[in-house]
Amino acid sequence: MTEQRGVTDGGDCNGDFYKLRLYVTGASPNSSRAISNLRDICEKHLKGKYELEIIDVYQQPLMAESEQIIALPLLIKKFPSPERRMIGDLSNTEKVLKGLSLAES
Amino acid sequence: MTKVNNKNKTVFHHKQISKTLTGIAGLDEITGGGLPTNRPTLICGEAGSGKTLFSLEFIVRGAIEFNEPGVFMAFEEKTEELALNVASLGFDLKKLQSEKKIKVDYVQVDRSEIEETGEYDLDGLFIRLGYAIDSIGAKRVVLDTIESLFAGLSNLGILRAELRRLFQWLKDKGVTAIITGERGDGPSLTRQGLEEYVSDCVILLDHRVINQISTRRLRVIKYRGSVHGTNEYPFMIDEDGISVLPVTSLSLQKEVSSARLSSGIPSLDKMLGGKGFFIGSSILVSGTAGTGKTSIAASFANETCNQNKRCLYFAFEESPKQIIRNMKSIDMELQQHVDKGLLQFRASRPTLHGLEEHLVVIHKLVKRFKPQVVILDPITNLITVGSVSEVKSMLVRLIDFLMEEQITVMFTALTLNTVVSEQTDEGVSSLVDAWLFVRDIEFNGERNRGMYIMKSRGMKHSNQVREFIITDKGIDLVDVYLGPGGVLTGSAREAQKLHEKTGVVLRDNALSMKDREIDRKRRVLESKIASLQTEFESAEEELNKIYIEEELIKKVSESNIREMTRLRRGEREADGNKGRKK
Repeated sequence: MTEQRGVTDGGDCNGDFYKLRLYVTGASPNSSRAISNLRDICEKHLKGKYELEIIDVYQQPLMAESEQIIALPLLIKKFPSPERRMIGDLSNTEKVLKGLSLAES
Repeated sequence: MTKVNNKNKTVFHHKQISKTLTGIAGLDEITGGGLPTNRPTLICGEAGSGKTLFSLEFIVRGAIEFNEPGVFMAFEEKTEELALNVASLGFDLKKLQSEKKIKVDYVQVDRSEIEETGEYDLDGLFIRLGYAIDSIGAKRVVLDTIESLFAGLSNLGILRAELRRLFQWLKDKGVTAIITGERGDGPSLTRQGLEEYVSDCVILLDHRVINQISTRRLRVIKYRGSVHGTNEYPFMIDEDGISVLPVTSLSLQKEVSSARLSSGIPSLDKMLGGKGFFIGSSILVSGTAGTGKTSIAASFANETCNQNKRCLYFAFEESPKQIIRNMKSIDMELQQHVDKGLLQFRASRPTLHGLEEHLVVIHKLVKRFKPQVVILDPITNLITVGSVSEVKSMLVRLIDFLMEEQITVMFTALTLNTVVSEQTDEGVSSLVDAWLFVRDIEFNGERNRGMYIMKSRGMKHSNQVREFIITDKGIDLVDVYLGPGGVLTGSAREAQKLHEKTGVVLRDNALSMKDREIDRKRRVLESKIASLQTEFESAEEELNKIYIEEELIKKVSESNIREMTRLRRGEREADGNKGRKK
């Protein structure tokens, strides 16, 4: 599960701090929706304790291979572990929260 | 490659869709030049039917032989695994990758770590593929097997739409693509119905086990805009990759040669019009067990190598060492030819492969070794692998192939049936150009070998049965004795010869005895004649004597009468005369 990863987890051990990475393709409808949906969720549930990196795969095609990207948009929760991956425009908030291990709160 | 081009010229006269050579032996011939250029081709088959290898070979050959870089997108195996798997075929994926000739991209699809949270597309895949293609200028792409996506992603609607888009995109990209798909249950060719999307060319790989022997087969199900072979073609995977055998190529339009090749047995050559077999002909040596078929074959091989020609010997019964040892006993040193590289043995049990794979093996070795003579010893054993009709069809193709290559082939076949007219010999007897038949002649408490030439096309040949003798010095044929007692061989023949010799002596003796007797008889006769002559003379003398006496008496009596008359002159003359006259 981890051997193909080019990017390793950061050394930050703050249990509540979230490192999120969202891969999109330019300004496609799905991508735009995903970005706004994610922003909403983060503002609501993770305010002040997350770091979001948005990457346009068109700009960095090598990322697609190293990160094993197939479907886009893709959200990867890098931290806290376990790493989780979510695809789609993130319109299903319930699933996103579950993926971010925030479903209970 | 030239062959393929020739085929194109002869078979296809009209303008064709452009094709991309795969470099896979045989496939290009079946498809008349390869896969459709710039279009996706679907290769489907069950698990283990060779799809991955097939498509990988397409990429590697493209990169090495045709200078067309390729991208291999693997959904099932990791790059390292793939490299390891094909290293045994001599493909160095690492090296090719570092030379930027190919690119292998492993796509990991794992459902458990993917949560679907809404609408998405496969742009990630497109970008990866697009980048890979552009980075090395790829002309060939393989997606192996894209169906894995169906396992990882659950939204079928999106997937299908995206796949359709992907294949169109590949066409637009100008790459020749292979998509592999696992064969599903039921009538559909692939589990996910990929054939709906990829409709230009579909190739089905199959792996069947019949009588515990597996044969791989390939069939071009569809090839839009092109003529293609529709049969099932056997193929095999070995250390050189995949070889497909186009089996029904041949149109009986091969070159023929009138040059001859000695059989290695001078007396056999003599039977064959004095020169031996035609080059490029096929010879069948059949006979019952232990009649020396292998010896004939080995002597042919030996002679070929003595003439500095190459010979390829397929042994299905004995190991090369065994043959070499056995042939040493009849004064044939095969080892020296092996050392010189003129003779190559290939020994395998018939059950090692299916029949078709044997054919492929023979094909390949012949192509590689380029022999002038091929020997198969014996073909009968192939029956254990297939049915008679299968063996026959295989041999037909083999003979055709070898004839086309101007290679002389000798088969040996064991016959169980001693009635010659009922011989079928796997049905090849009608195909071969020359048929030598060796049989046992059991007579007088011993077993001898007799050989006849059943047929030999296009040359004068002896119709005589010859006795076939295997000695320390090699093989020889001698005339059998045809005497009043019928055909005699072996010691009976020798005995008959001796017998004849005695006969001659006796007759000579008898003759001289008769001569002497005649001589004696003649002498007896001659002496008899002499005695008769004397007898005759004495009888004659006797007769003469009486006659003379009578004359004398007559004379004397007349003179007496005259005397008397003279004495009694006068009175008694008349009485005396009358009385005397009375």
